Amino acid sequence: MSTTERATQVVLGGTRGGPDVPTLRTDRWWLQPVVTVSILTAFVIYSTWSAFNPHNYYAGAALGRDLISPFYSPCLASSCAAGSRAGFFLQGWPLSPALLILIFPLGFRLTCYYYRRSYYRAFWWSPPACAVSDKHATYSGETRFPLIMQNAHRYFFYAGLVFNALLTYDAIRAFHQPGIGWGVTVGTLVLTLNATLLWLYSLSCHACRHLCGGQVKSFKAAPIRYRLWKLVTPLNARHMNFAWASLIFVALTDVYVRLVASGAITDLRLF
Amino acid sequence: MTDVTLRVWRGDASGGDFEEYVTEQNEGEVVLDLIHRIQATEAPDLACRWNCKAGKCGSCAAEINGKPRLLCMTRMDQLPEGPVTVTPMKTFPIIRDLVTDVSFNYRMAEKVPALLPPPMPEEGYRMFQEDVERGQEFRKCIECFMCQDVCHVIRDHEENKTNYAGPRFFIRYAELEMHPLDTNDRRDFIREEAGLGYCNITKCCTEVCPEHIKITDNAIIPLKERVVDAHYDPVAWLGRKIRRKTKTKAADAAVQPAP
Repeated sequence: MSTTERATQVVLGGTRGGPDVPTLRTDRWWLQPVVTVSILTAFVIYSTWSAFNPHNYYAGAALGRDLISPFYSPCLASSCAAGSRAGFFLQGWPLSPALLILIFPLGFRLTCYYYRRSYYRAFWWSPPACAVSDKHATYSGETRFPLIMQNAHRYFFYAGLVFNALLTYDAIRAFHQPGIGWGVTVGTLVLTLNATLLWLYSLSCHACRHLCGGQVKSFKAAPIRYRLWKLVTPLNARHMNFAWASLIFVALTDVYVRLVASGAITDLRLF
Repeated sequence: MTDVTLRVWRGDASGGDFEEYVTEQNEGEVVLDLIHRIQATEAPDLACRWNCKAGKCGSCAAEINGKPRLLCMTRMDQLPEGPVTVTPMKTFPIIRDLVTDVSFNYRMAEKVPALLPPPMPEEGYRMFQEDVERGQEFRKCIECFMCQDVCHVIRDHEENKTNYAGPRFFIRYAELEMHPLDTNDRRDFIREEAGLGYCNITKCCTEVCPEHIKITDNAIIPLKERVVDAHYDPVAWLGRKIRRKTKTKAADAAVQPAP
């Protein structure tokens, strides 16, 4: 390491110019935090309600369907609805099966670079918007516990890939309706679109881009990783879009499955 | 031609306040044109740093209606109706009027560990186009320091200036870390001395960059991931041990003899 020893000390202090006010912005800088808070709060409330209501999360053979909510897949408790249970499951789990798995997708989104930007701004006001004073007397960023745990993002990314594979399997299985045979229903399309959006969200992740090829010193020395990096880089540029689309659609998928399972609507068979 | 009101902050380290100037605005003019007109007609002592008037020197960085912008690249007709507020960059100490002391950035520049290439082979060094293109984006930086100005880590917390390099230097670190001929491993330095962990990815630096450099996505986050490789990823650590492969060796592999 060849650090320079001639670097002079930074001198703190000095009088700053301009008025001492939180911001001089006159545009609607508050709009983006308000929208973020509204959507994320609505999602947290809905997903919490859904996780603690282990009913109607699976539309099974009785309805001639095989649709499972993404909040409950894989269903790992012995209390899971008939037909929805995964090959491996826990005996005697007293709580909702969703609580066994939701930590992984939740952790993936919580440590996601895009969501970090959004909730640091909207909920923590650190800062609420660019050139608007943050609302904290001191600031240590992500250098200390608990925020240093954001560095675990890539592990949640790995777990997210497993979940994506399972949800893709669920979507493929849904095309075979029990007692009817192979066919396409609105539910199969909903599950397929949900899995697709989740794949796009995961593959556009910054950790994915880094692991694909971003970490190499020389692209020339790692041509396959360079190709992978080039594939995921355009996706990465749309990470924000995939983050919101997949978040909203996963909740809509849960709503759809619940409506079908409860008999409120019929899952229309297209062909 | 219309008249427009500019509220310009006037003052120095002993204090200051806004002064209002009503001046004419012609089609296509930028804020710097009006500042020059005010200097020529009403306030010859109004201090304003500028040079190229083409968005390439970065000298005229200030805050317009509360947002860091280049005075020479901000067209008046793109601003909302009403008085236009012009203030100096908030993060740096004031010298006078719109001129600030940006020497904090020079101190941070001095700390950057330099490129350390391996011994030159007889055939000379050779870089390939893929690797040249990767760092090209970072070399567009004009050092206007607006990214430093808007970064809340030092804008709102003066005490962090001693151990936080800021977005402008994170792109410099990224450029060096992604250089195929570089053998310096700065990851510890970036974490401990440059304060990368203070950045919470709010992307304001990217929003204000006049060169549209994707500072957060292409420099800061890749650096954060490299720090994770070195410090927070036991799988990566195990992989390195098993393969006995160091970054230096990887860099050596990129050195190709010239044809």
